[in-house]
Amino acid sequence: MIRQQQMQVVQQKVIATNIFELTLTGQLVLDMKQPGQFVHLRVSDQMEPLLRRPISISSIDEATLEFTMIYRADGRGTTLLSEKKPGDQVDVLGPLGNGFPDDKIEAGQKALLVGGGIGVPPLYELSKRLVEKGVQPIHVLGFQSEDVVFYEKQFQELGDTHIVTADGSYGSTGFVTNVLEMLDDDFEVYYSCGPTLMLAALEKMYPEKQGYLSFEQRMGCGIGACFACVCDTTEKIDADYVKVCSDGPVFPSGVVRV
Amino acid sequence: MNRLAIELPGLSLKNPIIPASGCFGFGKEYAQLYDLSQLGAIMIKATTPETRLGNPTPRVAETPAGMLNAIGLQNPGLKKVMENELTWLEQYEVPIIANVAGYTTEDYVTVAEAISKAPNVHALELNISCPNVKQGGITFGTDPFVAEELTRAVKAVSSVPVYMKLSPNVTDIVEIAKAVEAGGADGITMINTLLGMRLDTKTGRPVIANVTGGLSGPAIKPVALRMVYDVAKHVSIPIIGMGGISTIDDVIDFLSAGASAVAVGTANFVDPFICPTLIEQLPQKLDELGFETVADLVGRSHRL
Ligand SMILES: Cc1cc2nc3c(=O)[nH]c(=O)nc-3n(C[C@H](O)[C@H](O)[C@H](O)COP(=O)(O)OP(=O)(O)OC[C@H]3O[C@@H](n4cnc5c(N)ncnc54)[C@H](O)[C@@H]3O)c2cc1C
Ligand SMILES: Cc1cc2nc3c(=O)[nH]c(=O)nc-3n(C[C@H](O)[C@H](O)[C@H](O)COP(=O)(O)O)c2cc1C
Ligand code: FES
Repeated sequence: MIRQQQMQVVQQKVIATNIFELTLTGQLVLDMKQPGQFVHLRVSDQMEPLLRRPISISSIDEATLEFTMIYRADGRGTTLLSEKKPGDQVDVLGPLGNGFPDDKIEAGQKALLVGGGIGVPPLYELSKRLVEKGVQPIHVLGFQSEDVVFYEKQFQELGDTHIVTADGSYGSTGFVTNVLEMLDDDFEVYYSCGPTLMLAALEKMYPEKQGYLSFEQRMGCGIGACFACVCDTTEKIDADYVKVCSDGPVFPSGVVRV
Repeated sequence: MNRLAIELPGLSLKNPIIPASGCFGFGKEYAQLYDLSQLGAIMIKATTPETRLGNPTPRVAETPAGMLNAIGLQNPGLKKVMENELTWLEQYEVPIIANVAGYTTEDYVTVAEAISKAPNVHALELNISCPNVKQGGITFGTDPFVAEELTRAVKAVSSVPVYMKLSPNVTDIVEIAKAVEAGGADGITMINTLLGMRLDTKTGRPVIANVTGGLSGPAIKPVALRMVYDVAKHVSIPIIGMGGISTIDDVIDFLSAGASAVAVGTANFVDPFICPTLIEQLPQKLDELGFETVADLVGRSHRL
């Protein structure tokens, strides 16, 4: 169920240059069912900045009623968000959208998880759930440069983890695809979140594989009412368009025209 | 007696709060959050004769205390709206105001004739003011003669009262208001969005794929309020006012300026519960101001 709640800041940490990890607590956590879902945050109670900001859920802890997000403080909204301190309230609308299905793969099989930049966060909860199920995850995570790499250790604890930076300052050099070319493709399903170009490259690389891709689009309402976030579709599905906020943000590979 | 009730042509509103067209879809999404029967009425997304896929993305951009949109009237088309959306909405006790759009007079007439027969459609809102489509839309709303003729053509076929939705992107909005009144309009809804644009300062490129978009949200309230005030002075048909409403004080201002009811658009994106919240706050605000009913408050700025 979608709810709106004032949630309390438990912790806010800088984990890389301009990259923040924010943990909130509240009952709304109990409605978070799937990795890959997102929340829509109001960062100010003024009229400026006006719109909510969509941010992925990065990990969920039902026991403590806490969830964590990882975001880049970039524009006005996310910068304001980065100034929130423990005890402050954040207006959260969520959980929104459909996440990564974890029932498409079985214990003993391998899953490939590919993340780019601020597309990496939702893969963390996904990987935890896959591991719990007995699936073996392989992580390939791309970043711009060393100073914005985050969660390497956390992902390593869950499975093989390859880091690649565009400028070569850390891990391998280049794009995630450069690493993928060198890996076996003995995985069952691939999951990815990141820039659209990266998602398109993956679809091209693994036309025979089952994939789930998380898309980004500018949003208004975040719940499916305003038609701001539509994407064109391919012939694969019987719909002229999909809405990222309510039909996605995760779609099976081949559905969204990239 | 219900202090919040308002009687308008075709519409017995239990309160004057209405979600604005395009900001509330066909109600399904917000129905997950609250009971739609609380609302005064619902203005559904613009409906055209055929399916419309709308403009390329990005379709929205944030601006100071507002936003730009260029959705492009995306909607499933008349047949699907009637079969799926309107029938689904019948489960709620809420009158529907159907927003009608098109490229040509024939488009408006076709949609108006058919959709006005749906049992829960109690009024039409003719969108002659959408700034985001190349033809039709706004051209009908900027020329008084064309606006009057269209009003007349739609009145001739509609089974329910017809409200004309005015564009603020004109030199003299009163002239258009008078024209639609002369054409037989039962009421006026106003305002639609103000044409605007935003550039990416680094590259100089427009942020919205359509280049320009319609400005809405708190930023446009002073413009909207002034226009409602001016039009109320010069026409005798009722007005449903909108443009930047996000607080109960905004509601009071529009009613005072001469609107008989109000619509809330962009604020739904910021606070999805804004409509029920405003409905809840209204009685106390009336008490504070010393008014017994909403109807008593309507147009008070003109009586001072
Ligand atoms: C489903 C989804 C999940 C996301 N998850 C994350 C995440 O986990 N971590 C993270 O750092 N970022 C994430 N993003 C991107 C994040 O929403 C933007 O970085 C953020 O909205 C930028 O806001 P701002 O105030 O910094 O920028 P501003 O430039 O002030 O934003 C202006 C407007 O543009 C919108 N906007 C700007 N960039 C984007 C973008 N890339 N995508 C969508 N809207 C944008 C803003 O929401 C706002 O309405 C996600 C986006 C989507 C759609
Ligand atoms: C995303 C969006 C979509 C809209 N779609 C329509 C539409 O389909 N038909 C219409 O008449 N007005 C449409 N409007 C205009 C609103 O109904 C309203 O007139 C305008 O936004 C001013 O009110 P506000 O400031 O409360 O949003 C749209 C506005 C927005 C923001
Ligand atoms: S953001 Fe409004 S429909 Fe997706």
